[in-house]
Amino acid sequence: MSRFRLRDSRIDGDALRRELQATAAGGFCSFEGWVRDEHRGRAVRRLDYQAYEVLAGREAERILDEARERFAIIDARCEHRVGTLEPGDVAVWIGVSAAHRDAAFAACRYLIDEIKQRVPIWKREHYAEGDSGWIHPESP
Amino acid sequence: MTSGQTMATEHQVEVLYFASLRDAAGCAQESVRTSAADVAALYLELQGRHGFRFGPERLRAAVNGAFVAWDAPLQADAEVAFLPPVSGG
Repeated sequence: MSRFRLRDSRIDGDALRRELQATAAGGFCSFEGWVRDEHRGRAVRRLDYQAYEVLAGREAERILDEARERFAIIDARCEHRVGTLEPGDVAVWIGVSAAHRDAAFAACRYLIDEIKQRVPIWKREHYAEGDSGWIHPESP
Repeated sequence: MTSGQTMATEHQVEVLYFASLRDAAGCAQESVRTSAADVAALYLELQGRHGFRFGPERLRAAVNGAFVAWDAPLQADAEVAFLPPVSGG
């Protein structure tokens, strides 16, 4: 089963959490990215997420492999939405199981940071005034 | 076209666009006949045609679903993607 999935419908965090349950795990850490109703002082009504699906899947699996090499985790999952989302929707879900909490927290942080920077997914914001724009951050 | 005008290195590639590049190109995908030798030369050619605002230093390139360097040679029938700065999460 792939550990990363793009979804065009609601992310079910409870189902993902169940995939990670294991008696060897002493804990589980998750991060949910939510759609916010504001960006740089502008009211946001909805978002569109677009992905280069083939490469997004490959790059995300590579990042998940890196997390397993760097941290003493048992397993991890990530789902990211594509399509149209509204404020309050879950845009991305990350979960990590591990024997001990330090590795779970560190791997969860690593995964969300790397996924945001490297996976070919783009967000378009639709504003209350009716205009919209793709978000293309400056390089860090 | 006479044979004298035919460029031996011309080939056809499939180009994918995403996000603001897709809007600027007016399509998600197009077939391009080009004599560009590498991915960078193809981008500059298409930037001239579509008016893309990003220089190559802001983009990444991919061929057949894998990231490549800008000097990657262009092969016939390759699927080439130009990826603007990402904003997932």
